[in-house]
Formats: sequence, C-alpha cells, structure tokens
Amino acid sequence: MKVCDLVNKLNLQVYAGEKGLSREITGGYTSDLLSDVMGNAEQGEIWVTLQTHKNTMAIASLKDLAAIVLVKGNQPEADTAKMSNEEEIPILGTTLSSFEITGRIFEALKL
Amino acid sequence: MKTYRADLHIHSVLSPCGDLDMSPVTIIEKAQEAHLDIIGITDHNSTRQCPLIKSLGQKAGILVLCGAEVTSHEEVHCLALFENDKELLLFQNYLDLHLPNFPNNTELFGYQVVVDENDFIIYEEEKLLISAINQNINEIEKMVHSLNGLFIPAHIDKLSNSLLSQLGFIPSDLIVDAIEVTSHADIGKLQKRPDFQNKGFIRNSDAHYPGQIGSAFTLFELESPSFQEILLALKNQNNRRICI
Repeated sequence: MKVCDLVNKLNLQVYAGEKGLSREITGGYTSDLLSDVMGNAEQGEIWVTLQTHKNTMAIASLKDLAAIVLVKGNQPEADTAKMSNEEEIPILGTTLSSFEITGRIFEALKL
Repeated sequence: MKTYRADLHIHSVLSPCGDLDMSPVTIIEKAQEAHLDIIGITDHNSTRQCPLIKSLGQKAGILVLCGAEVTSHEEVHCLALFENDKELLLFQNYLDLHLPNFPNNTELFGYQVVVDENDFIIYEEEKLLISAINQNINEIEKMVHSLNGLFIPAHIDKLSNSLLSQLGFIPSDLIVDAIEVTSHADIGKLQKRPDFQNKGFIRNSDAHYPGQIGSAFTLFELESPSFQEILLALKNQNNRRICI
C-alpha cells in the first residue's frame, strides 16, 4: 500500500513531505523513544509517534521509513516540516491516540 | 591553578523523589563531609530551594550553583544552572509558565516542599514537578543561554529520560556547555560518535539521599571557585579544565 492510499483510507492529515506520498508502506512501528526506533524500525515502515522534534525526521531518513504519523493532533515543528519536504518523507497526522491509529493501520495493511 | 571537587546535580527535599532528609542544612553538611568545593542544586522543574542553600553554602565556603533539572517536552532531563539571583528568578517564572497544571499526589510521588534552615516547611508546590514542561529541548536551551546559564543534558547514557533515549542523538543545532554521564558510561565509545565531537564530559551524583552526595563528582582546575571560572573550564580555555 502506498502512503497516499493510507491517507485516503484513514482520513489522515498531510502536514509536509507531499512529494513522498507515493512511497510504499511495508509495515509499521509505534514508539516514542527515538533510540528505540533507530534500533528497531525497518526500512519502508510507517512510524506512529507523538514526538515532533526535528530528530524524528533525521531518523526517518536514516532508516528510510515510508512516513511519520503524529498522533493526538500533534503538529510538526517548523524545522521538522522543512526537513520532511527536503527528504520527501511525509509527516501525517491524526487526532486519534497511538493505540487507535496503530490498530487501524495494522488492519489496513493486512488487506 | 587549583583543583576543586564539584557535584553539580543534587536534589533537595523539594523534588518529590528527593528524600525528606535532603534539607538545605543537611545538603551543605554532607557536601562538606564529601570534601566538595562546588555543588549544583537541581530539583525537578523548580529552583525554589536554591537561594537558601546558596546562602548556607557561602557561610560554609562552598560555591552553590543554582538551577533545576528540567524535563523537556520530549521527556529529556537537562541541567540548567545560573550565576545570579535575577536570572534564576526569570527562569523560575519560565518554569511556572510552562509546567502543566497537573496536581501532585503525595502518596504516589512524595512531598514537594521548600524548607527553611530550621527544617520548617515554608512552601508546598501543588503542581507535580516531574511532569514534562510545554517546551522542547531547543527552546529550553535558548532560554537558558539567553539568561547566561549553563545547559547540560543530564545522564546522557541512561536508558530513560536522557537525550539519547528520547531523541537518539544530539541535535546539531543544540548548544550544550557539557554532557553529564553516569558512572557506567563508556566515554571512549561516546567520543567516537560524530554528535559528541568537542564535547566536555562531567559526572555528578544525581543524589536524592544524603549519603549519595559526592558519590560521583568532577574535578575542575580553576583559579578560584566561581561561575565564570567554571564556564572557562567547560570550554577548556585559559588553562582551566575539567577532569573526570
């Protein structure tokens, strides 16, 4: 499934990185500890987090993740959004909690 | 140049997790017993116990740096230390403004009190001090430096509430005056990382109990014990230096 398909299916916000909406999603990872994501997320995964710091984008780029989903209405900081555009890795958003959006993404990727 | 022994990360009775025996008088007594020349008072998100400890320190010949251990929005613990009362007060206002209005539960977290030199309670903090403040780490760093303070990420090698656990690496635009490590840290390994280039390391006790004061420390080579001399040592300038 492509990032844009998931955006449509789950009605996600697109905050930045529109050029990366055609990236393919191979799985997902949910964590708010960036050290954990650095160690355990896999290439192509979509990352669910409440962290908005610029370091999230650096790690998404390093791990070649498909996109970041910010939960609970959190929005990226300005420099985070800028880096998302540069790296062409989208930052998406939802008002749902990590628990709920992770469940929905998990179901969507199973289909 | 003389060598001074410093422990810049000590909690008082004001921290909910700080022992009730960590009164200003006891902290200074234990600092003397531990042969400390310089101490830092860093309660969670509050500076309110600092002024009394500073004045007791002056009488006892101990330089007391006043500040706090701030919890950033990302839940990174950072030490902020200030030279003057005016800046300390401005920083306290900033903490009051940004600390969430979440009440403390003394049964779960412990008491958050300021005491006088007779150990009488003169203030109780109602808001839970171990909450994260509504400011990210870069905003806190800018605030501390605008008040000419020292900004030091705390216990960076810890697996929780450290800059590395929460954010993975030191952001390139974050200006740090030093990096605090625990006694377990592999400094040689950290120094090989690109984000740790040209960073000075310090070690402190993070004492929550009287017996822990001075259990870890940093040696400062200074002309005299003062905030400005410490600043020079952290920058490795004018023959001032740090040694752990």
